[in-house]
Amino acid sequence: MDLSRKWLNEFVETSDIGDKDFAEAMTLSGSKVETFTALDKEIKNIVVGEVTDIKRHENSDHMWVCQVNVGDETVQIVTGAQNVQKGDLVPVAKDGSILPGGVEIKKGVLRGEESNGMLCSLKELGLTLHDYPYAVDDGIWILQEEGVKPGDDIAKIIGADDHVVEFEITPNRPDCLSVIGLARETAATFDRKLNLHTPVVKGCGGDINDFVKVEIANPDLCIRYTGKMVKNVKIAPSPAWMRERLRNSGVRPINNIVDITNYVMLEYGQPMHAFDFSCVDGGKIIVRTAKAGESITTLDGNERPLTESMLCICDEHKPVGVAGVMGGANSEIEGDTAMVLFESANFNGTSIRKTARALGMRTDASSRYEKGLDPANTMKAVMRACELVEMLGCGEVVDGVIDVIGQETPETTVLLEPDKINALLGTDISKEDMIKILLKLGFEMDGDIIKVPTWRGDVSHYSDIAEEVARFYGYNKIPNTFMRGETTLGGYTDIQKCERRIGSVIRANGYYEIITYSFISPSYYDKINWPADCPLRKSVTILNPLGEDTSIMRTTVLPSMLEILTRNYNYRNKSAKLYEIGKIYLGRDDGLADEPKIVSLGAYGDGMDYYKLKGVVEEILESERISDVKFVPEKNNPSYHPGRCAKVYAGDRYIGVFGQIHPLVAANYGVDTELYAGELEFDAIFQARGPHPQYKPLPKYPSISRDIAVVCNKEITVAELEKTIRLGGGSILKGVELFDIYTGSHIAQGKKSVAFSLTLRDDSKTLTVEEADKEVKNILDRLENDLGAVIR
Amino acid sequence: MREKLEQIKSEALSMLARIDTQKELEEMRVKYLGKKGELTAVLKQMGKLSAEERPVIGQLANEVRQTLEKVIDESAAKIERAMLEARLESEAIDVTVPGKRLEEGKRHPMYTVLDEIEEIFVGMGFEILEGPEIELAEYNFTKLNTEEGHPARDWTDTFYIKDDSSILLRTQTSPMQVHAMETKQLPIRVVAPGRVYRKDEVDATHSPMFHQIEGLVIDKNITMADLKGTLNTIVRRLYGENTVTRFRPHHFPFTEPSCEMDVQCHECGGKGCRVCKGEGWIELLGAGMVHPRVLEMSGIDPDVYSGWAFGMGLERLAMRRYEISDLRLIFENDERFLKQF
Repeated sequence: MDLSRKWLNEFVETSDIGDKDFAEAMTLSGSKVETFTALDKEIKNIVVGEVTDIKRHENSDHMWVCQVNVGDETVQIVTGAQNVQKGDLVPVAKDGSILPGGVEIKKGVLRGEESNGMLCSLKELGLTLHDYPYAVDDGIWILQEEGVKPGDDIAKIIGADDHVVEFEITPNRPDCLSVIGLARETAATFDRKLNLHTPVVKGCGGDINDFVKVEIANPDLCIRYTGKMVKNVKIAPSPAWMRERLRNSGVRPINNIVDITNYVMLEYGQPMHAFDFSCVDGGKIIVRTAKAGESITTLDGNERPLTESMLCICDEHKPVGVAGVMGGANSEIEGDTAMVLFESANFNGTSIRKTARALGMRTDASSRYEKGLDPANTMKAVMRACELVEMLGCGEVVDGVIDVIGQETPETTVLLEPDKINALLGTDISKEDMIKILLKLGFEMDGDIIKVPTWRGDVSHYSDIAEEVARFYGYNKIPNTFMRGETTLGGYTDIQKCERRIGSVIRANGYYEIITYSFISPSYYDKINWPADCPLRKSVTILNPLGEDTSIMRTTVLPSMLEILTRNYNYRNKSAKLYEIGKIYLGRDDGLADEPKIVSLGAYGDGMDYYKLKGVVEEILESERISDVKFVPEKNNPSYHPGRCAKVYAGDRYIGVFGQIHPLVAANYGVDTELYAGELEFDAIFQARGPHPQYKPLPKYPSISRDIAVVCNKEITVAELEKTIRLGGGSILKGVELFDIYTGSHIAQGKKSVAFSLTLRDDSKTLTVEEADKEVKNILDRLENDLGAVIR
Repeated sequence: MREKLEQIKSEALSMLARIDTQKELEEMRVKYLGKKGELTAVLKQMGKLSAEERPVIGQLANEVRQTLEKVIDESAAKIERAMLEARLESEAIDVTVPGKRLEEGKRHPMYTVLDEIEEIFVGMGFEILEGPEIELAEYNFTKLNTEEGHPARDWTDTFYIKDDSSILLRTQTSPMQVHAMETKQLPIRVVAPGRVYRKDEVDATHSPMFHQIEGLVIDKNITMADLKGTLNTIVRRLYGENTVTRFRPHHFPFTEPSCEMDVQCHECGGKGCRVCKGEGWIELLGAGMVHPRVLEMSGIDPDVYSGWAFGMGLERLAMRRYEISDLRLIFENDERFLKQF
């Protein structure tokens, strides 16, 4: 809402308050100021000049040399415009003047003739023909304003001596989308008198009821319909003062009748419409929803099909306007309009909003209606419009008024409970001060009963009253206190602590945290090679997504990670190690979803391989003291390299999968280097976590270390070998550590050599060499018997 | 014999002055002090001396021996130190060569800010609550006093999962207020961070997915002054003790009275600049006293209990803290970006 401060001053005098102070105080009382602008900031040193002499430029076929009286002197100015004549009053940008857009005008010489400034067109002053319809589009603005004389400041003449304040009005306060609404807030903020005006209409006799009947077919959607009739209308431009105010409020002037409706909307916050009554068939207005197949061409010239939920203003045969949104072209006010019907109505906000949205046309009117307006305002507004008609002399107002009530609006009352209000605010405001604030805002008191004014549909509860009191008492005067009452323990839960621990372990391993979108494209499942019948493809689907790429909720974090790895790769980052603890979304029968967290790992470059990634997985499991960890080769996950992928278990509990990304999947992402990724189920890790560590006594006796190397079939895994070693060893075998795997010369085809370092120790005495040798022999025998692995 | 001893002494001392290796020194020790050394040889002839001479020469011989032992030891220590110094010098390295690091990864800057906020609240006895992102409209809107027909519920603003608008992607963390009130014992002190979704195209300041943190306190005798006191404490911990704040009236359907909290612009100190768009203040969060109807809908008696709530966008906070100019950087996850924090 753009508010003209000159207009505001008519209702509450604040011309002594600077823009900054005004903005600050209004903001703190709840009417947030976004910007304020002095309109004359960019129109400086431009005055009215009288052309006292004009002759052709000797060295030009189109320029003119003018002598111009600018009040205190006469200066020579060269112009290229062709519409200037001796005696004309014109806007003169003098030497050193500033035009809208910050253009500075300086004196100069044009083809040998001195020019001390510039004669201005409307456009150069930031104006249009709508503002001064008598001017020409392609020449100097020849002023026809009354009473202007050479030397007068143009800024004043065009109303640019005004200051405009832009407010952000919250949706609960549509009453503040008006000069009067903001004046009321201003008066209360600065504790000044609010001067409201009651419109006076003389009338010309007759009776509106002889001309028109109004019927509300949908009283649920049309709460009130008020109308007045004007005859012998003379369409003309509205006067300069009205055009200025409209312009300064961001509304384009059209003609006197249309301007009056807009003026009243800005002043009262009540949208109005004017129909050319000769175009209303049957002298009847019916407010009804559209019938199937009906359409209307709106004022903006677009034909719009209507649906049966849209409320329309109709005559006997057809819609003549979309209620609360826009009038129809068929009843538009034009130069030959002789009879006008002013509509000042109140509609159901939600219905108007839905219609405006459906038609894709949010207008000044609909954006007010959609928030729910004051039904009591229709009469005041229509009377003000008629008063303006008489003031402007643009028609005769027929006596009588149409006022059809669709729904009665009950009066709202709230009990004033100062103790409750103070208890809620933590203040000690007196009852008298509360009443003072409420009265200033238009509330009425009947004992302790507060009568809520009709324009305050947002107030119905003592907490609403508390806010009104607090706003004008001052939010910043409310003390700052600490909460008392029962002490709460607070803190992180075990599961939250576990998540934080895992994150820090992963970071300690060099991985950076990322944040990825929860929604993906269904085609991403193809990119990670999931088969068409993969049950996890069934995703929670967004019915109104921004686009295909963000249309379903992911059931896997893999594509998110691969997308980010790819992006880093494409940015030519040599390597990347990334992680995210993010949710996947698994739809349930009730329509909601399970949203488990997945520990997502991803890396490439810098010598990245399967074992480095596995190391991180092991670190995570180790940090949670998870025992009985098993890594099982996974050859069937279509996203991963069949020979470099493992599933990890804690006992029988599945923890996750990790490995090298299948080269075909990497190719789908356009990446020709090895990508690695892992997906671990956070809940499984949490469930499998081990107990708190317990101290075990340190060994008292020395240990003996033995290295063994065995040759076995290539297919036998290290895990199998290790398991067999442990089976072969007795209680004195304390440690088994792989230190080499070798294939190549001296090793037969299809075989490999695997070397382990064994740690042997007896907890009750010093182990002898003979005992150690015996143990190693047992182990080697077992390896040979069970796996055919022979000592190298 | 006296002359012989004196000669040995002076000869040995002059020889010692030329010696600079341990080997030569050892040879010299053997030459004079060894079993077959010169001094030993002299001493072996002591028996030939008279009884008067013997103690005198004996004493002299001992003196010479002690002197030689002492200077040889000293010399040995000197040589040893010189050798050590030479070794240390040869071992010198360029200490300006970069260290060998185990590079540690980093938390995403937005989560770093979240951690900081959470820790402040935890210190004040708050719990951290997490909840669903695929949510009932009832929790996201209805039970937050946002009736059917409210513009926020439009399909143009909210992502919907079900045709009848009953299930959606939560547009705010505020439904966690309802979850907390319905499931937790009173009194309640929780903060609930998480992802939220709105139908905004991606640009420098918008993203269809972003993060908020919600705070909720419900207890007996909770006042708006408590809200101010708590939020001021938190903001000062976050931005420094001298941070200036202000509270402005605002409107949210689920709080009454409602407010927004601004911090004075750090760049201009309130004078107005590019950062604060000339206002001198930067909007930080929305808050208010929990609307009595919201309490009622969640089964809490508003005549006995009151509470306050706040909600704050995390991306904007992180962007301000690190002077990140474009929201897209947050979700782009370029490692060069992530390494900066």
